[in-house]
Amino acid sequence: MIVAERKPLDEIIGFIKDCKKILIVGCNECVTVCYAGGKKEVAILASALKMAFLKEGKELEVKEVTLERQCDQEYLEEIRDIIDQYDAVVSMACGVGVQFMAEKYQSMPVYPALNTLFMGGAEEMGVWSERCQGCGQCILGQTAGICPITRCAKRLLNGPCGGSTQGHCEINKDLPCAWQLILDRLKALGRLDDYDRLISIKDWSTERSGGPRKIVREDLQQ
Amino acid sequence: MNPKTPSKLEKILASGQLAVTSECGPPRGSNGDAIAKKAEMIKDYVDAINITDNQTSVTRLCSLAAVIRLKLMGLEPILQMVTRDRNRIALQSDILGAASFEINNILCLSGDHQQFGDNPQAQNVFDIDSMQLIQTVRYMRDEGKFLGGDDLEKSPQMFVGAACNPFADPFEIRARRLAKKVAAGVEFIQTQCIYNLDKFELWMKQIRDMGLHEKVYILAGVTPFKSAGMAKYMKNRVPGMDVPDEVVKRMSGVDKDKQSEEGIKICIESIQRLKDIEGVRGFHIMAIEWEEKVPEIVEKSGLLPRPSVS
Repeated sequence: MIVAERKPLDEIIGFIKDCKKILIVGCNECVTVCYAGGKKEVAILASALKMAFLKEGKELEVKEVTLERQCDQEYLEEIRDIIDQYDAVVSMACGVGVQFMAEKYQSMPVYPALNTLFMGGAEEMGVWSERCQGCGQCILGQTAGICPITRCAKRLLNGPCGGSTQGHCEINKDLPCAWQLILDRLKALGRLDDYDRLISIKDWSTERSGGPRKIVREDLQQ
Repeated sequence: MNPKTPSKLEKILASGQLAVTSECGPPRGSNGDAIAKKAEMIKDYVDAINITDNQTSVTRLCSLAAVIRLKLMGLEPILQMVTRDRNRIALQSDILGAASFEINNILCLSGDHQQFGDNPQAQNVFDIDSMQLIQTVRYMRDEGKFLGGDDLEKSPQMFVGAACNPFADPFEIRARRLAKKVAAGVEFIQTQCIYNLDKFELWMKQIRDMGLHEKVYILAGVTPFKSAGMAKYMKNRVPGMDVPDEVVKRMSGVDKDKQSEEGIKICIESIQRLKDIEGVRGFHIMAIEWEEKVPEIVEKSGLLPRPSVS
């Protein structure tokens, strides 16, 4: 899932300080699962903003809505009838949702309430960590199912570097060394010999470097 | 191994004589004379001089300009190049730029993470890693081609080196990792600073068992301690550094004003012991901001006179 966390309240207030009526839109997908922008977080943000305005002697009218998905044209349509009543939209979706919202409603100011962080998962309750950088050419088949592009701070394809210490990355003792993880797993799989193969220079053109990415599936197009 | 490049360092190693290299860190400013001054101090005591490339990710005068300066002084520089800050376009371009000044040695590194430096907010590049940089230089030199496949005019004649840290974890794959660098085409290795000689001997045994000592020249890295404080710092704060307790104890056991002398003594003793290890083909003396001590270390270790080769 896409993992995000809420921006500091002051930053959000900065966006909407001149507004009188706002629409806060949550998203029922990833950001709900990571407790950043679901229905509950929408309600919390709405209260916090109203209180902050009251403290300044101002009033803020807030409408709370949580859509099934903000990265989907169909669900974004659900607010078409009400959106014009508001001065701005505060989107609690990831960066994708915020942009889809802005693209759909050209004349409406749309502000992000979240900082979108990474593609990852929950290691345990309250702990999320990154697993994928979407490089567009998955190498997990060569690296025992552990991604060095994501999990090695230097994204070394032929690690570990000289800073790997007792299983930890040199940049942070709380970070496991990706290459230690890969080696441990190769060993568990009885495939340590795989380590001896050099991984060749990567084609990054399918990654961010190649420009914004897009796929077209003609079989699905209407 | 017959020399394949005009590198003086390669010729000395190929002749079977112990090589001695050292390194100079460029200044944090545009005063190029600073690097010349450091090089002057050590030039008659070493065969080649590394110029570090923004080491520990602290921004400095660039290694490329500094090696050219040394070359113009008639010295034998080793261009250190990290993949942290340059993509494959910039790396190939800098390699050609260096080669145009007949820089004949390169040390291929990934580089310390930028978090340790003066610009932790920077992007890192890591388009390729150190092994792939080794492959890149060898490809340019031996095939006369750019990575993109185009022919290049006048291929760079570089003796290709890399670093190796026998003390990083996991220890069990450290020799295999060197084997990968050898497979990538590395020709000489400068190791991480050696303080734990027992562990280094164990690693060298693995290297010999794999026959790697006959495929790559290994220069044992040494760094003298200036003080007990430095020994403790290296032990506790520098990732991948293995400083045994007894070495720290020995440094702490002498008066403060004698500690630097003790540090030099330990360094010389280490070199003496390392000389006896089969497969050690020379020394890389990293006297960090203490270049003036290199002559003494080389002399007292019995590594003079330095050979001349044609």
